[in-house]
Amino acid sequence: MISTEEVKNIASLSRIHLKDAEAGILSQDLEKILDYINKLEQLELSGIDPTTHVLPLKNVFRKDAVIPSLKQEQALSFSIEQKDGAFKVPKIIE
Amino acid sequence: MKLNQRTAHELRDLIKSNETSVDKIYAAVRTQIDKSEKEVNAFVRLQEHNLQDLKPKQDLAFPIPIAIKDNICIKENETTCASKILAGFKPPYNATVIDKLLDSGAVFIGNANMDEFAFGSSTETSFFGPTKNPWDLKCVPGGSSGGSTAAVAADEAIWAIGSDPGGSIRQPASLCGVVGLKPTYGRVSRYGLIAFASSLDQIGPITKDVTDSALLLNILAGHDPKDSTSADCRSINLLNTRNQRSKRSSQNQEIPDYTQSLIEDVKGLTIGIPKEYFVEGMDPEVKDAVMASVAILKDQGACFKEISLPHTEYAVATYYIIATAEASSNLARFDGVAFGLRERPSQIRKNTLVDMYEETRDKGFGMEAKRRIMLGTYSLSSGYYDAYYLKGLKVRSLIKQDFDTAFEELDAIITPTSPTTAFKIGERANDPLSMYLSDIYTISANLSGIPAISIPCGFSKKGLPIGLQIMANAFNEEMLLRIAYSYEQATEWHKKRVNL
Repeated sequence: MISTEEVKNIASLSRIHLKDAEAGILSQDLEKILDYINKLEQLELSGIDPTTHVLPLKNVFRKDAVIPSLKQEQALSFSIEQKDGAFKVPKIIE
Repeated sequence: MKLNQRTAHELRDLIKSNETSVDKIYAAVRTQIDKSEKEVNAFVRLQEHNLQDLKPKQDLAFPIPIAIKDNICIKENETTCASKILAGFKPPYNATVIDKLLDSGAVFIGNANMDEFAFGSSTETSFFGPTKNPWDLKCVPGGSSGGSTAAVAADEAIWAIGSDPGGSIRQPASLCGVVGLKPTYGRVSRYGLIAFASSLDQIGPITKDVTDSALLLNILAGHDPKDSTSADCRSINLLNTRNQRSKRSSQNQEIPDYTQSLIEDVKGLTIGIPKEYFVEGMDPEVKDAVMASVAILKDQGACFKEISLPHTEYAVATYYIIATAEASSNLARFDGVAFGLRERPSQIRKNTLVDMYEETRDKGFGMEAKRRIMLGTYSLSSGYYDAYYLKGLKVRSLIKQDFDTAFEELDAIITPTSPTTAFKIGERANDPLSMYLSDIYTISANLSGIPAISIPCGFSKKGLPIGLQIMANAFNEEMLLRIAYSYEQATEWHKKRVNL
């Protein structure tokens, strides 16, 4: 059972401010989805290696060379607020 | 037939023989858009072109109007993943596939609608409202690339590109009666594709016939140093022996010329029909159309055998662990700091950095995005990682093993693309699980990394398209195209057009 309290905790970990009504809906949805996902418990998985990636690629390197990239002003230009060549955000510590 | 109803290869030939021109084709597409786009809503925004600017493209390989899914970055053109959180975002660079398309002469018609961040199978979760299925405007076009497939089906674009993390090209192609191909993971660069599930996503072609699919894949495919997960087939041995055997002219090439696979010959090929795919929940009309297609390929000389992919029933559960976990991580970047939306918390809340994050993400993401981010966060969180995420990765190994074993003695596998034809708008919108099960036949190819194509194979009594899915072993798109092309020569489904 996923309680609304638990849903609010997951929301907080996800950095989403949920309204109470949404927390109620999501608690029911997540409950139903997790219940479906729990069918994986039927499988015996000891000795099975996890697959994070399907291709046999390892250590993809490139030369450590300077190549053209975005100018600082351009990279900053997409943000709402900038100051002194940096992104400006609300205060971090109260 | 109107110009905009034609395929790209027909138009290329007409341009070459001076029977038409780039500006005439563009004008025909715009006329169609003026007529039907209000109802179909295939695009979230359109790009206007001056006829004068199009002229220099005339001599390039494919100066053809194309729809681009709204999660593929086009430089200085708003790109939003159909989400409010990216409102106003104009990428400072092109996706690699966009550069390749520009080199070929492509004329971008607009950004195609999609489920928000590709989260959905119906294009109903778009911030810009749902796309309608051109064959029945009360029905969904499928998703998440529903805008791209609807644009092609409605002749509002000649061809399109979409992305496919779990069926998002093939399922809407099936529901809209067009051809949709998901290449092997690593075949096409993902650079500039806004990430949903990084180990599953692939960009692929959406077209009116199989020849166009091969031609568009020729443009898109190839290793890209900017995407470290794209495959350089010359330097790693990715091709298994069966693949090598079936190769005709492509030895020692990084990317084959896919038009070489457009041959009408399936004699001696062994094709599997997995018994686990023909179970309850499948529309009888879909089953009949697929079995009729099997009969056609049998007549052409292919051998069929029933096979078992024993872990099929676990694919959807596995996918919704892995895809949401990757999404929750990928979407962490949408925080109001460097780009996109930023919301100020209301008066009652404080305005610290965390409050700004939470408010921005609450206002910026739709309900399905929140659901998936939270599901992924949950399965990655301390105490649940082993029970969910790690378990999902292990079952993924079993699902991939099923295919590896099957392809030891098969050239391809045939299944339906979707268990049903297009469903009504709103029918599954409030039941996430039933929506997730729309992708039951397409998800395994993403988990295993193998290529798969959906081609039109019939219509229901109500006049809705039905799709046939063909899957082949990794890096053997040629096999898909060969079987699909052979089938297409014996049928007329791909020639049907909606008149909107």
